[in-house]
Amino acid sequence: MDWGSLQAVLGGVNKHSTSIGKIWLTVLFIFRIMILVVAAERVWGDEQQDFVCNTLQPGCRNVCYDHFFPISHIRLWALQLIFVSTPALLVAMHVAYTRHEKKRRFRNGEKIDIEELKNEKIHIRGALWWTYTSSIFFRLVFEAVFMYVFYYMYDGYQMPRLVKCDAWPCPNVVDCFVSRPTEKTTFTIFMLAVSGICITLNLAELCYLVMKICTKDSKKTP
Amino acid sequence: MSWGFLRDLLSGVNKYSTGIGRIWVAVVFIFRLLVYVVAAENIWKYEHDEFECNIKQPGCENVCFDHFFPVSHIRLWALQLIMVSTPSLLVVFHVAYRENREKHHKRRLYRSPGDIDGGLLCTYLTSLILKTGLEIVFLVLFYKLYNGFKVPRVVKCDISPCPNTVDCFISKPTEKMIFLYFLVATSCLCIVLNLSELSYLVFKHSIKCYLKRYIKRCQ
Repeated sequence: MDWGSLQAVLGGVNKHSTSIGKIWLTVLFIFRIMILVVAAERVWGDEQQDFVCNTLQPGCRNVCYDHFFPISHIRLWALQLIFVSTPALLVAMHVAYTRHEKKRRFRNGEKIDIEELKNEKIHIRGALWWTYTSSIFFRLVFEAVFMYVFYYMYDGYQMPRLVKCDAWPCPNVVDCFVSRPTEKTTFTIFMLAVSGICITLNLAELCYLVMKICTKDSKKTP
Repeated sequence: MSWGFLRDLLSGVNKYSTGIGRIWVAVVFIFRLLVYVVAAENIWKYEHDEFECNIKQPGCENVCFDHFFPVSHIRLWALQLIMVSTPSLLVVFHVAYRENREKHHKRRLYRSPGDIDGGLLCTYLTSLILKTGLEIVFLVLFYKLYNGFKVPRVVKCDISPCPNTVDCFISKPTEKMIFLYFLVATSCLCIVLNLSELSYLVFKHSIKCYLKRYIKRCQ
Protein backbone atom coordinates (compact mmCIF):
# COMPACT_ATOMS: atom_id res chain seq x y z
CA MET A 1 0.00 0.00 0.00
CA ASP A 2 1.71 3.17 -1.17
CA TRP A 3 1.55 5.74 -3.93
CA GLY A 4 1.15 2.90 -6.46
CA SER A 5 -2.32 2.17 -5.09
CA LEU A 6 -3.32 5.80 -5.51
CA GLN A 7 -1.96 5.66 -9.04
CA ALA A 8 -4.06 2.55 -9.76
CA VAL A 9 -7.20 4.30 -8.50
CA LEU A 10 -6.53 7.54 -10.38
CA GLY A 11 -5.57 5.69 -13.56
CA GLY A 12 -9.19 4.56 -13.74
CA VAL A 13 -10.35 8.17 -13.61
CA ASN A 14 -8.14 8.99 -16.60
CA LYS A 15 -10.58 7.36 -19.02
CA HIS A 16 -13.34 9.83 -18.17
CA SER A 17 -11.23 12.99 -18.10
CA THR A 18 -10.88 15.71 -20.69
CA SER A 19 -7.52 16.07 -22.49
CA ILE A 20 -6.42 18.78 -20.07
CA GLY A 21 -7.42 16.47 -17.21
CA LYS A 22 -5.19 13.74 -18.66
CA ILE A 23 -2.27 16.16 -18.88
CA TRP A 24 -2.91 17.19 -15.26
CA LEU A 25 -2.83 13.55 -14.15
CA THR A 26 0.45 12.97 -16.00
CA VAL A 27 2.03 16.06 -14.42
CA LEU A 28 0.79 14.90 -11.02
CA PHE A 29 2.24 11.41 -11.36
CA ILE A 30 5.56 12.28 -12.96
CA PHE A 31 6.51 15.68 -11.64
CA ARG A 32 5.01 15.50 -8.19
CA ILE A 33 4.48 11.97 -6.85
CA MET A 34 7.51 10.45 -8.57
CA ILE A 35 9.80 13.35 -7.65
CA LEU A 36 8.54 13.15 -4.06
CA VAL A 37 9.27 9.44 -3.81
CA VAL A 38 12.60 9.17 -5.64
CA ALA A 39 14.22 12.47 -4.73
CA ALA A 40 12.54 14.67 -2.15
CA GLU A 41 12.20 11.92 0.46
CA ARG A 42 15.97 11.33 0.35
CA VAL A 43 16.77 15.01 0.71
CA TRP A 44 14.56 15.33 3.80
CA GLY A 45 15.40 11.84 5.06
CA ASP A 46 18.07 12.89 7.54
CA GLU A 47 16.52 16.19 8.50
CA GLN A 48 16.49 15.76 12.25
CA GLN A 49 19.64 13.69 12.56
CA ASP A 50 21.65 16.31 10.70
CA PHE A 51 19.99 19.31 12.35
CA VAL A 52 22.89 20.47 14.50
CA CYS A 53 22.85 23.05 17.28
CA ASN A 54 25.85 24.77 18.76
CA THR A 55 25.23 23.51 22.26
CA LEU A 56 25.74 20.38 24.33
CA GLN A 57 22.54 20.98 26.31
CA PRO A 58 20.43 17.80 25.97
CA GLY A 59 16.97 18.45 24.56
CA CYS A 60 17.85 21.79 22.98
CA ARG A 61 18.14 20.32 19.48
CA ASN A 62 14.81 18.48 19.75
CA VAL A 63 13.00 21.56 20.97
CA CYS A 64 14.54 23.88 18.37
CA TYR A 65 13.80 21.45 15.54
CA ASP A 66 10.21 21.17 16.68
CA HIS A 67 9.91 24.95 16.95
CA PHE A 68 11.21 25.70 13.44
CA PHE A 69 9.64 22.69 11.65
CA PRO A 70 6.22 22.06 13.24
CA ILE A 71 5.39 19.87 10.27
CA SER A 72 8.00 18.74 7.79
CA HIS A 73 7.82 19.85 4.11
CA ILE A 74 7.75 16.27 2.99
CA ARG A 75 4.67 15.43 5.09
CA LEU A 76 2.89 18.58 3.93
CA TRP A 77 3.56 17.61 0.31
CA ALA A 78 2.30 14.09 0.90
CA LEU A 79 -0.92 15.47 2.44
CA GLN A 80 -1.24 18.01 -0.39
CA LEU A 81 -0.94 15.28 -3.02
CA ILE A 82 -3.49 13.09 -1.25
CA PHE A 83 -6.01 15.91 -0.85
CA VAL A 84 -5.52 17.17 -4.39
CA SER A 85 -5.98 13.68 -5.87
CA THR A 86 -9.10 12.86 -3.89
CA PRO A 87 -11.69 15.01 -5.73
CA ALA A 88 -11.02 12.94 -8.87
CA LEU A 89 -12.58 10.05 -6.95
CA LEU A 90 -15.91 11.90 -6.92
CA VAL A 91 -15.93 11.51 -10.70
CA ALA A 92 -14.96 7.83 -10.47
CA MET A 93 -17.77 7.22 -7.95
CA HIS A 94 -20.31 9.03 -10.16
CA VAL A 95 -19.30 6.96 -13.20
CA ALA A 96 -19.44 3.74 -11.13
CA TYR A 97 -22.91 4.72 -9.87
CA THR A 98 -24.13 5.41 -13.45
CA ARG A 99 -22.81 2.04 -14.61
CA HIS A 100 -24.39 0.32 -11.60
CA GLU A 101 -27.76 1.88 -12.48
CA LYS A 102 -27.49 0.71 -16.08
CA LYS A 103 -26.59 -2.82 -14.91
CA ARG A 104 -29.61 -2.80 -12.59
CA ARG A 105 -31.85 -1.82 -15.49
CA PHE A 106 -30.31 -4.63 -17.54
CA ARG A 107 -31.05 -7.10 -14.74
CA ASN A 108 -34.64 -5.86 -14.61
CA GLY A 109 -35.15 -6.80 -18.22
CA GLU A 110 -34.14 -3.86 -20.37
CA LYS A 111 -31.99 -4.76 -23.36
CA ILE A 112 -28.50 -3.37 -22.89
CA ASP A 113 -25.34 -4.83 -24.37
CA ILE A 114 -23.00 -5.71 -21.49
CA GLU A 115 -19.85 -5.45 -23.57
CA GLU A 116 -20.83 -2.05 -24.87
CA LEU A 117 -21.58 -0.96 -21.30
CA LYS A 118 -18.09 -1.89 -20.14
CA ASN A 119 -16.29 -0.04 -22.94
CA GLU A 120 -18.68 2.88 -23.16
CA LYS A 121 -17.06 6.31 -23.08
CA ILE A 122 -19.02 8.37 -20.63
CA HIS A 123 -19.55 11.91 -21.89
CA ILE A 124 -19.17 14.78 -19.49
CA ARG A 125 -22.63 16.24 -19.52
CA GLY A 126 -25.61 16.68 -17.21
CA ALA A 127 -25.00 15.62 -13.61
CA LEU A 128 -21.51 14.34 -14.44
CA TRP A 129 -20.56 17.83 -15.68
CA TRP A 130 -21.46 19.23 -12.26
CA THR A 131 -19.52 16.49 -10.45
CA TYR A 132 -16.50 17.00 -12.69
CA THR A 133 -16.56 20.79 -12.33
CA SER A 134 -16.94 20.52 -8.54
CA SER A 135 -13.96 18.17 -8.39
CA ILE A 136 -11.81 20.67 -10.30
CA PHE A 137 -12.99 23.46 -8.02
CA PHE A 138 -12.07 21.46 -4.89
CA ARG A 139 -8.68 20.64 -6.38
CA LEU A 140 -7.99 24.34 -6.90
CA VAL A 141 -9.07 25.15 -3.36
CA PHE A 142 -6.83 22.45 -1.84
CA GLU A 143 -3.82 23.51 -3.92
CA ALA A 144 -4.26 27.14 -2.90
CA VAL A 145 -4.77 26.28 0.77
CA PHE A 146 -1.63 24.15 0.92
CA MET A 147 0.48 26.74 -0.87
CA TYR A 148 -0.71 29.33 1.61
CA VAL A 149 0.01 27.00 4.57
CA PHE A 150 3.57 26.49 3.27
CA TYR A 151 4.10 30.21 2.85
CA TYR A 152 2.65 31.01 6.27
CA MET A 153 4.47 28.28 8.18
CA TYR A 154 7.91 28.77 6.71
CA ASP A 155 7.93 32.54 6.10
CA GLY A 156 8.31 32.21 2.37
CA TYR A 157 9.76 29.34 0.40
CA GLN A 158 13.42 29.62 1.25
CA MET A 159 15.17 27.25 3.65
CA PRO A 160 17.62 29.17 5.86
CA ARG A 161 21.11 27.82 6.61
CA LEU A 162 21.06 29.05 10.16
CA VAL A 163 18.26 29.56 12.66
CA LYS A 164 18.62 31.21 16.05
CA CYS A 165 16.81 29.42 18.82
CA ASP A 166 16.18 30.42 22.43
CA ALA A 167 13.44 27.99 23.44
CA TRP A 168 13.89 26.30 26.81
CA PRO A 169 16.09 24.32 27.69
CA CYS A 170 18.56 26.05 25.36
CA PRO A 171 20.67 28.44 27.42
CA ASN A 172 20.50 31.94 25.84
CA VAL A 173 20.36 32.08 22.04
CA VAL A 174 21.79 29.10 20.21
CA ASP A 175 22.78 28.76 16.54
CA CYS A 176 21.19 25.78 14.82
CA PHE A 177 22.16 24.65 11.34
CA VAL A 178 19.72 23.09 8.91
CA SER A 179 21.01 20.22 6.77
CA ARG A 180 21.11 20.67 2.94
CA PRO A 181 19.33 24.05 2.85
CA THR A 182 20.13 24.79 -0.79
CA GLU A 183 18.93 21.41 -2.04
CA LYS A 184 15.77 21.78 0.03
CA THR A 185 15.14 25.28 -1.33
CA THR A 186 15.62 23.97 -4.88
CA PHE A 187 13.08 21.20 -4.37
CA THR A 188 10.66 23.53 -2.61
CA ILE A 189 10.75 25.94 -5.54
CA PHE A 190 10.41 23.03 -7.99
CA MET A 191 7.33 21.68 -6.18
CA LEU A 192 5.93 25.19 -5.98
CA ALA A 193 6.40 25.66 -9.75
CA VAL A 194 4.71 22.36 -10.52
CA SER A 195 1.82 23.28 -8.17
CA GLY A 196 1.49 26.49 -10.15
CA ILE A 197 1.39 24.54 -13.42
CA CYS A 198 -1.29 22.24 -11.97
CA ILE A 199 -3.35 25.23 -10.85
CA THR A 200 -3.07 26.69 -14.38
CA LEU A 201 -4.15 23.39 -15.94
CA ASN A 202 -7.12 23.15 -13.56
CA LEU A 203 -8.19 26.73 -14.37
CA ALA A 204 -7.87 26.02 -18.10
CA GLU A 205 -9.94 22.86 -17.72
CA LEU A 206 -12.59 24.75 -15.74
CA CYS A 207 -12.80 27.46 -18.44
CA TYR A 208 -12.98 24.81 -21.17
CA LEU A 209 -15.86 23.01 -19.43
CA VAL A 210 -17.78 26.24 -18.83
CA MET A 211 -17.28 27.34 -22.45
CA LYS A 212 -18.35 23.91 -23.70
CA ILE A 213 -21.64 24.10 -21.81
CA CYS A 214 -22.22 27.74 -22.91
CA THR A 215 -21.60 27.00 -26.62
CA LYS A 216 -23.86 23.95 -26.38
CA ASP A 217 -26.61 26.08 -24.84
CA SER A 218 -26.19 28.78 -27.47
CA LYS A 219 -26.37 26.13 -30.25
CA LYS A 220 -29.63 24.82 -28.76
CA THR A 221 -31.36 28.23 -28.56
CA PRO A 222 -32.06 29.41 -32.12
CA MET B 1 2.71 -9.67 3.82
CA SER B 2 2.09 -5.96 4.23
CA TRP B 3 -0.63 -3.36 3.98
CA GLY B 4 -1.27 -4.44 0.39
CA PHE B 5 -2.93 -7.56 1.80
CA LEU B 6 -5.43 -5.44 3.76
CA ARG B 7 -6.03 -3.34 0.69
CA ASP B 8 -6.85 -6.45 -1.38
CA LEU B 9 -9.18 -7.77 1.35
CA LEU B 10 -11.07 -4.49 1.52
CA SER B 11 -11.36 -4.34 -2.28
CA GLY B 12 -13.24 -7.63 -2.02
CA VAL B 13 -15.58 -6.11 0.59
CA ASN B 14 -16.37 -3.19 -1.70
CA LYS B 15 -18.43 -5.38 -4.03
CA TYR B 16 -21.02 -6.22 -1.35
CA SER B 17 -21.27 -2.81 0.29
CA THR B 18 -23.88 -0.12 0.06
CA GLY B 19 -22.95 3.31 -1.36
CA ILE B 20 -22.05 4.62 2.09
CA GLY B 21 -19.98 1.48 2.68
CA ARG B 22 -17.98 2.23 -0.48
CA ILE B 23 -17.33 5.77 0.73
CA TRP B 24 -16.13 4.26 4.03
CA VAL B 25 -13.71 1.96 2.16
CA ALA B 26 -12.38 4.94 0.16
CA VAL B 27 -11.89 7.00 3.34
CA VAL B 28 -10.05 4.11 5.04
CA PHE B 29 -7.79 3.53 2.00
CA ILE B 30 -6.89 7.09 1.22
CA PHE B 31 -7.15 9.13 4.40
CA ARG B 32 -6.04 6.48 6.86
CA LEU B 33 -4.00 3.71 5.26
CA LEU B 34 -2.22 5.83 2.63
CA VAL B 35 -1.51 8.68 5.08
CA TYR B 36 -0.19 6.12 7.57
CA VAL B 37 2.20 4.53 5.07
CA VAL B 38 3.50 7.62 3.24
CA ALA B 39 3.62 10.13 6.08
CA ALA B 40 2.93 8.97 9.62
CA GLU B 41 5.29 5.97 9.72
CA ASN B 42 8.30 8.17 8.97
CA ILE B 43 7.53 10.62 11.76
CA TRP B 44 7.65 7.92 14.42
CA LYS B 45 10.51 6.00 12.77
CA TYR B 46 13.34 7.16 15.05
CA GLU B 47 11.24 8.09 18.07
CA HIS B 48 13.38 6.11 20.50
CA ASP B 49 16.73 7.26 19.11
CA GLU B 50 15.65 10.88 19.16
CA PHE B 51 14.16 10.70 22.65
CA GLU B 52 16.76 12.55 24.74
CA CYS B 53 17.07 12.92 28.51
CA ASN B 54 19.18 15.50 30.28
CA ILE B 55 21.26 12.87 32.06
CA LYS B 56 24.23 10.59 31.40
CA GLN B 57 22.97 7.79 33.70
CA PRO B 58 22.86 4.56 31.62
CA GLY B 59 19.39 3.04 31.39
CA CYS B 60 17.54 6.19 32.41
CA GLU B 61 16.46 7.08 28.87
CA ASN B 62 15.24 3.56 28.13
CA VAL B 63 13.23 3.37 31.33
CA CYS B 64 11.66 6.81 30.84
CA PHE B 65 10.75 6.12 27.21
CA ASP B 66 9.12 2.86 28.21
CA HIS B 67 7.19 4.59 31.00
CA PHE B 68 5.80 7.38 28.82
CA PHE B 69 5.20 5.29 25.66
CA PRO B 70 4.00 1.83 26.80
CA VAL B 71 2.66 1.26 23.27
CA SER B 72 3.80 3.69 20.60
CA HIS B 73 1.16 5.84 18.85
CA ILE B 74 2.08 4.38 15.51
CA ARG B 75 1.59 0.80 16.65
CA LEU B 76 -1.80 1.62 18.16
CA TRP B 77 -2.71 3.31 14.88
CA ALA B 78 -1.75 0.17 12.90
CA LEU B 79 -3.73 -2.07 15.28
CA GLN B 80 -6.72 0.23 14.96
CA LEU B 81 -6.57 0.06 11.15
CA ILE B 82 -6.42 -3.74 11.18
CA MET B 83 -9.16 -4.22 13.80
CA VAL B 84 -11.51 -1.74 12.18
CA SER B 85 -11.17 -3.31 8.72
CA THR B 86 -11.64 -6.90 9.87
CA PRO B 87 -15.42 -7.00 10.69
CA SER B 88 -16.10 -6.39 6.99
CA LEU B 89 -14.77 -9.90 6.38
CA LEU B 90 -17.86 -11.31 8.12
CA VAL B 91 -19.88 -10.10 5.13
CA VAL B 92 -17.44 -11.64 2.63
CA PHE B 93 -17.56 -14.98 4.46
CA HIS B 94 -21.37 -14.97 4.58
CA VAL B 95 -21.60 -14.28 0.83
CA ALA B 96 -19.08 -17.06 0.16
CA TYR B 97 -21.18 -19.37 2.36
CA ARG B 98 -24.30 -18.49 0.35
CA GLU B 99 -22.52 -19.13 -2.95
CA ASN B 100 -21.27 -22.47 -1.61
CA ARG B 101 -24.78 -23.47 -0.59
CA GLU B 102 -26.11 -22.67 -4.05
CA LYS B 103 -23.33 -24.75 -5.60
CA HIS B 104 -24.04 -27.62 -3.20
CA HIS B 105 -27.80 -27.63 -3.88
CA LYS B 106 -27.18 -27.00 -7.60
CA ARG B 107 -30.03 -24.52 -7.82
CA ARG B 108 -30.73 -20.85 -7.17
CA LEU B 109 -31.52 -20.33 -3.49
CA TYR B 110 -31.18 -16.56 -3.36
CA ARG B 111 -32.16 -13.73 -5.69
CA SER B 112 -28.46 -12.83 -5.66
CA PRO B 113 -25.91 -14.06 -3.07
CA GLY B 114 -24.62 -10.49 -2.64
CA ASP B 115 -28.05 -8.93 -1.96
CA ILE B 116 -28.27 -7.45 1.52
CA ASP B 117 -31.36 -9.16 2.93
CA GLY B 118 -32.27 -11.79 5.49
CA GLY B 119 -29.26 -13.33 7.21
CA LEU B 120 -26.78 -11.22 5.27
CA LEU B 121 -28.48 -8.07 6.54
CA CYS B 122 -27.93 -9.24 10.14
CA THR B 123 -24.28 -10.00 9.37
CA TYR B 124 -23.85 -6.61 7.71
CA LEU B 125 -25.43 -4.78 10.64
CA THR B 126 -23.26 -6.77 13.09
CA SER B 127 -20.13 -5.83 11.15
CA LEU B 128 -21.16 -2.15 11.25
CA ILE B 129 -21.75 -2.27 15.01
CA LEU B 130 -18.41 -4.02 15.56
CA LYS B 131 -16.56 -1.50 13.39
CA THR B 132 -18.07 1.45 15.26
CA GLY B 133 -17.42 -0.19 18.64
CA LEU B 134 -13.78 -0.88 17.81
CA GLU B 135 -13.23 2.68 16.57
CA ILE B 136 -14.59 4.07 19.83
CA VAL B 137 -12.53 1.59 21.90
CA PHE B 138 -9.31 2.65 20.20
CA LEU B 139 -10.09 6.36 20.52
CA VAL B 140 -10.74 5.89 24.24
CA LEU B 141 -7.53 3.85 24.54
CA PHE B 142 -5.49 6.62 22.88
CA TYR B 143 -7.12 9.19 25.15
CA LYS B 144 -6.51 7.22 28.35
CA LEU B 145 -2.94 6.10 27.55
CA TYR B 146 -1.69 9.52 26.53
CA ASN B 147 -3.80 11.89 28.65
CA GLY B 148 -5.68 13.34 25.73
CA PHE B 149 -4.29 13.63 22.22
CA LYS B 150 -1.48 15.98 23.13
CA VAL B 151 2.19 15.18 22.72
CA PRO B 152 4.28 17.26 25.15
CA ARG B 153 7.71 18.63 24.31
CA VAL B 154 9.14 17.74 27.74
CA VAL B 155 8.28 15.01 30.19
CA LYS B 156 9.64 14.84 33.73
CA CYS B 157 10.85 11.40 34.71
CA ASP B 158 11.97 10.14 38.14
CA ILE B 159 11.99 6.35 37.77
CA SER B 160 15.00 4.34 38.90
CA PRO B 161 17.81 4.38 37.72
CA CYS B 162 17.28 8.10 37.00
CA PRO B 163 18.60 10.03 40.00
CA ASN B 164 15.99 12.65 41.06
CA THR B 165 13.74 14.17 38.39
CA VAL B 166 15.11 14.33 34.89
CA ASP B 167 13.89 16.33 31.86
CA CYS B 168 13.28 14.17 28.81
CA PHE B 169 12.60 15.67 25.40
CA ILE B 170 10.35 14.07 22.82
CA SER B 171 11.24 14.47 19.13
CA LYS B 172 8.82 16.19 16.67
CA PRO B 173 5.98 16.64 19.19
CA THR B 174 4.06 19.18 17.10
CA GLU B 175 4.13 17.04 13.96
CA LYS B 176 3.04 14.00 15.99
CA MET B 177 0.19 15.96 17.52
CA ILE B 178 -1.00 17.20 14.10
CA PHE B 179 -1.13 13.65 12.76
CA LEU B 180 -2.84 12.38 15.92
CA TYR B 181 -5.58 14.96 15.43
CA PHE B 182 -5.82 13.86 11.80
CA LEU B 183 -6.24 10.26 13.02
CA VAL B 184 -8.99 11.32 15.44
CA ALA B 185 -10.78 13.32 12.73
CA THR B 186 -10.75 10.42 10.25
CA SER B 187 -11.86 7.97 12.98
CA CYS B 188 -14.79 10.24 13.83
CA LEU B 189 -15.66 10.54 10.12
CA CYS B 190 -15.65 6.74 9.84
CA ILE B 191 -17.87 6.46 12.94
CA VAL B 192 -20.34 8.91 11.39
CA LEU B 193 -20.32 6.96 8.10
CA ASN B 194 -20.90 3.66 9.91
CA LEU B 195 -23.77 5.08 11.97
CA SER B 196 -25.36 6.63 8.84
CA GLU B 197 -25.11 3.31 7.01
CA LEU B 198 -26.64 1.52 10.03
CA SER B 199 -29.56 3.98 10.20
CA TYR B 200 -30.08 3.82 6.43
CA LEU B 201 -30.23 0.00 6.36
CA VAL B 202 -32.47 -0.24 9.42
CA PHE B 203 -34.81 2.43 8.02
CA LYS B 204 -34.89 0.90 4.52
CA HIS B 205 -35.71 -2.59 5.76
CA SER B 206 -38.26 -1.41 8.33
CA ILE B 207 -40.11 0.41 5.54
CA LYS B 208 -39.91 -2.72 3.37
CA CYS B 209 -41.30 -4.93 6.20
CA TYR B 210 -44.03 -2.44 7.00
CA LEU B 211 -45.09 -2.19 3.35
CA LYS B 212 -45.16 -6.00 3.00
CA ARG B 213 -47.37 -6.32 6.07
CA TYR B 214 -49.65 -3.51 4.87
CA ILE B 215 -50.05 -5.14 1.45
CA LYS B 216 -50.81 -8.50 3.11
CA ARG B 217 -53.43 -6.89 5.34
CA CYS B 218 -55.05 -5.17 2.36
CA GLN B 219 -55.26 -8.53 0.56
